[in-house]
Amino acid sequence: MSMSNVSEAVAKPSSKGTEAAVRATSSSPLDWLQRWLPKMVLGPTIISTLIFIYGYVIWTGVLSLTKSRFLPKYDFVGFLQYEKLLDNDRWMVASWNILVFGGLFILVCLALGVLMAILLDQRIRAEGAIRTVFLYPMALSFIVTGTAWKWILNPGLGLEKLMQDWGFDNFQFDWLVNPDMAVYTLVIAAVWQSSGFVMALFLAGLRGVDGSIVKAAQLDGASMPTIYRRIILPHLRPVFFSAFIILSHIAIKSFDLVMALTGGGPGYSTDLPATFMYVTSFSRGQMGLGSASAMMMLAVVLAILIPYLYSELRGKHHG
Amino acid sequence: MANPSRIDPRSALIGRFVLYAVLIAAVLFYLMPLVVMLLTSLKSMDDIRAGNLISWPQEVLFGAWGKAWSSACTGVSCDGIGTYFWNSFQITIPAVLISTFLGALNGYVLTKWKFRGSDLFFGMMLFGCFIPFQVVILPMAQTLGWLGLANTTTGLVFVHIVYGMAFTTLFFRNFYIAVPTELVSAAKIDGAGFFTIFWRIILPLSGPIFVVCIIWQFTQVWNDFLFGVVFSGGDTQPITVALNNLVNSSTGVKEYNVDMASAMIAALPTLVVYVLAGKYFVRGLTAGAVKG
Amino acid sequence: MSIKLAKKSVLGVALSGLISLGAQAGNVEVLHYWTSGGEAKSAAVLKQLLEKEGHQWKDFAVAGGGGESAMTVLKSRAVSGNPPSAAQIKGLDIKEWADLGFLTQLDAVAESAGWDQLLPGVVSDVMKYDGHYVAVPVNVHRVNWLWANPEIFQSVGVDIPKTWGEFIEVADKIKDAGYVPLAHGGQAWQDATVFEAVVLGEGGAEFYHKAFVEHDQATLTSPKMVEILATFKKLRNYIDSDSAGRDWNIATSMVINGKAAMQIMGDWAKGEFTAAGKKPGTDYLCVAAPGTSNAFTFNIDSFAMFDVKGSGSKEAQADLARLIMEPQFQETFNLNKGSIPARLGMPRANFDSCAHTSMDDFVATSKSGGLVPSMAHGMSTTSAVQGAIYDVVTNYFNSDSLSAEQAADKLARAIKAAI
Repeated sequence: MSMSNVSEAVAKPSSKGTEAAVRATSSSPLDWLQRWLPKMVLGPTIISTLIFIYGYVIWTGVLSLTKSRFLPKYDFVGFLQYEKLLDNDRWMVASWNILVFGGLFILVCLALGVLMAILLDQRIRAEGAIRTVFLYPMALSFIVTGTAWKWILNPGLGLEKLMQDWGFDNFQFDWLVNPDMAVYTLVIAAVWQSSGFVMALFLAGLRGVDGSIVKAAQLDGASMPTIYRRIILPHLRPVFFSAFIILSHIAIKSFDLVMALTGGGPGYSTDLPATFMYVTSFSRGQMGLGSASAMMMLAVVLAILIPYLYSELRGKHHG
Repeated sequence: MANPSRIDPRSALIGRFVLYAVLIAAVLFYLMPLVVMLLTSLKSMDDIRAGNLISWPQEVLFGAWGKAWSSACTGVSCDGIGTYFWNSFQITIPAVLISTFLGALNGYVLTKWKFRGSDLFFGMMLFGCFIPFQVVILPMAQTLGWLGLANTTTGLVFVHIVYGMAFTTLFFRNFYIAVPTELVSAAKIDGAGFFTIFWRIILPLSGPIFVVCIIWQFTQVWNDFLFGVVFSGGDTQPITVALNNLVNSSTGVKEYNVDMASAMIAALPTLVVYVLAGKYFVRGLTAGAVKG
Repeated sequence: MSIKLAKKSVLGVALSGLISLGAQAGNVEVLHYWTSGGEAKSAAVLKQLLEKEGHQWKDFAVAGGGGESAMTVLKSRAVSGNPPSAAQIKGLDIKEWADLGFLTQLDAVAESAGWDQLLPGVVSDVMKYDGHYVAVPVNVHRVNWLWANPEIFQSVGVDIPKTWGEFIEVADKIKDAGYVPLAHGGQAWQDATVFEAVVLGEGGAEFYHKAFVEHDQATLTSPKMVEILATFKKLRNYIDSDSAGRDWNIATSMVINGKAAMQIMGDWAKGEFTAAGKKPGTDYLCVAAPGTSNAFTFNIDSFAMFDVKGSGSKEAQADLARLIMEPQFQETFNLNKGSIPARLGMPRANFDSCAHTSMDDFVATSKSGGLVPSMAHGMSTTSAVQGAIYDVVTNYFNSDSLSAEQAADKLARAIKAAI
C-alpha cells in the first residue's frame, strides 16, 4: 500500500477532530501523563542500553588501560596493551582475516541471496519446500552442525574422499587443511548458514515490487534481465541495507563458527578478532590485552555503522 | 513475473531446465550437513570407525537416539539431554515473549511518539546489536551478583531480554515506520491515548512482524551457548550446554553417533519452527520488516 | 595475602574444632569438565562416596576446549561473588586463584590424612600456595608417551625408535611402506605436546626446565633450540596431509586401525585403545617418547577448594577433599582415566602394564630429576606464556615461511612479552 493513498484516506476524519484538538491544548494531569508516557515506556530500555551496553563498553575501555591479567585489576599502564596488540602477529592475522572473511561473506551472501530469490520467484514447483531448505540452516547453531562441517570439509573424510571414491580421482578440496585457504572454508560454512535468510529478505522485497510497473516495462519491450537490472533491483535498495547490517553484525560476532570448524587453525591462520578477544581474556589470562582488542573491534564497528545510521536516519521519510 | 508468451518455447524449456538444475544443486548443498548428521546418528560406532562418513549405514540403528535422549552422560549424571529440553523452554519462552513485547512498544514510541533525542537513542541502540557478547560476560556477572540473580534462570532470562531488545526494537521500528503516521495522529486528535492507540490501531496491524520477531528471537535464545553456560545454574543449564558437555569430552572416548543424535534433538524445536512457520516468516518480511 | 591466609587457617582450625563435636551435612557444588562416559562414571563414584557421608553433590559440568569454557564460567562466577565449592583447576592457575584470595586452605584435612607423606614433593608443590594446601590432586598423567601399532613395525621390519634420530629413520621406512608414520591432530595443544616431547628428548630435562619453567632467554635462542625446532619441523613430513583440526582421538583411531604407526600423546589415549577392545603389549605398545625414557612429563588434574560460607558447606568441602585423596577413589578414577594415582604406595594389581611403567618411572624420575612439568598442559607456566608458546609453535609447524632460527627468536620474544 503506497503512502499517498493512505494519507488521503486518513485526511478526512481529521476535519471532525478540531474540537478534540482544542481540548488537547489545555493542560491537565492527564495530558502531562500523555506527554511523558512515551518516555516512560522507553525509559527502561534507555537505562538498560546505557548501563548494559555503554557502561560495559566504558568498563572494557578502562580495563584496556590496565595490566589486568587473570581477573580485572586496576593498575593503569597507559596504552601499553594497545602497543602489545599491534605488535602481536596473531592479532594482525585476525584483523586481516575479518576483512577477508567479512567482505567475502557479505558479498557472497548478498549475491547468492538475490540470485536465489530471483530464481525462486519464477513460479517454481515446490517453492515452499525449496525455500524451507534454504532457510533451515538459520535455525541451527554451529554447536550443532560444527562437527558435520568439519567432516565434510576434511579432505580425508568428506567431500574430496567421496568424489575420489566415485571415480573423480583428480578432485581436490583441501582448503580446510591449507593455512592459506582455510579462511575460505569459514566463508563457505557461514554463507551456508546465512544466505537463506538473505534470500528470504530479497524474496520478500521482490513480492513487494509493484507488478504493474513490470508489466508496463514489458509492454515497452524491455527484456527480463533489463527489467531486473533497471527497475526491480533498484527498488530493493532498502533490502540491501537491512541485509548488509544483519550480515555485518553476524560477521563481526562470528565465534562459534571458528571454534567449531577450525579452532583457529591450521596454526592460527583462521583466527578472528572475536575469538582472539575471547581466548586472550579468558583462556590465557591477559584480560588487559583482550579488552584492548575488544575496543579496537568496537571502533571498527562504529566506523561501519555511522555512515549507515546517517543515511538511515536522514532518509527515514521515504521509509 | 516472468512472461513466457513472447519467448521461443524451446529456449523457454531449456531455461526452465537450467533453473531447476541450479535449484536442485543448491538444495543438495544446503541439505548436506543435515544428511551427514542424520546418517551418522543411525550408524554403529564400528561403522563410523571404518571411516566412511558420507556413506549409507551398514545397518540402520536407532540406539544412538535413545541413548542421547535418556542415558548419555552430560556430567556426573547420565540421564541424556531429555531433561535439559524443559530447561531450555523455561528460559526461551519468557525471554522471547518479553523481549518481543518490549520491542513492539519501543518501536511504537520510536516511530509514532518521537521526542527530542529518540532518533539518536535508536542509533545508539543499533550499535548495541554489534557488541560481541564475550565483552559483557564479566561485568554482567558482577551486575547479576549485585542483583542477587547470579546463576539463576531469572538472571539468564534477564540477560537474554537485555541483549535481545536491540534487535526486536529494530524489527518493530522498521515495520512501524511504514505504518502511516496519519492513522495515529488522527486517533490522537480523537482523544485516544498512548496505550489505546497501541492496543486498538498498532497491534492489530502487527501480526506479521510479531511472527518474524518471535521466530528470530526464538532461534537466537534457543541456540545461545555463551550466556547459557555462564549465567545458568548447574541444574538449570539449557540444552546447548548439555549438548556441548556431551559432545566435548576433554580426554575421553567419543561416540559420534550419539553426538549427532543429540545435536539433532537439540536442534529439533528450531527446525520445527522454521519448517512450520517459514511461510509466515517470508510473509512477515514482505509485510514490511525489510523496509528502510 | 599470607596474613589473610593465616587468619583463615586460625578460623579453619576453630571451625574444625566446632565441627568435630557434631558432623553437619552440607552441599558441595563441583565445577568440572569430566563429561565423557568413562570420566563421568568415575566422577560419579566420588559423588556416591560423598553422599554416603551425608552430603549433597551439586553438579556443575562444563566441557569443552580442555577446560577453557569451564574457566570462563569459573571467572564469571567468582566475579559475581558466587563461586562453586570446588573447581577443576590445574597447574599454576591454582596459585593465581589463591593469589587473588579466592581459595580456602585445607591444612586441617591434609595434616590428619598425612598428605605430605603420601604425595611426592613435585605434586604437593603444585597443590600448595604459600605453604598451605589449597587443592587436591586426582591423578598424574604422563604426557611423553609414544603409542605404537606393533603390526606395522613388524611388517615394515623396524624397531621402536629410542631417539628422535632413530624416529626419523624409522618413519622414512614406514612412510615408504605406505603407512602414515605419525598420527597427529593439527590443533595447537597437540602440536605443543609433540614439541615438548622433542625438546625433552633432544635437550634433556635440564634444558627443558630452563626453557619452559625458567624461560631463560639464552636457552630459548640457543643453537640447541634451533636444532630442536628443525627436528620438530621434520616431523611434519611424517604426518598425513589431512591432520588440520583433527581431534586427538581420531588420530589414535588411526593407530588402532593400522593406518598410522605411532602417536605422541598423553596416557588418556589408552582409553581409546581400551574402548576398541585392544590389549597393551600385544595389540598396541606404550613406550616413552623417543629419548625420554629417563624423563617423565607430568600433567596433574586437581580440584581447588573455594572459600565458601556456612559450616555445613565447609565440612562437606573438607570431606570432599579427604575423599578425593583416599585410595578407593584414586584407584577407580585412574583405572578409568588411564592415568596413575597421585598418592604413592597404592596397590597396583588392577592396573595394566602401561600404568606400571608409568608408576615406576614416576618414582624413579622424581629422584633422578627427570620429572618435569608439562608445558603443553599448563603445568610449567602461566596460561599467558603457554598461549604465547602455542602461537609460535603451531604457526612454525604449519607454515613454511619461518626458519628454525626465526622461530627460536620469535619464541623467545613472545615469551618475554607474555611474562
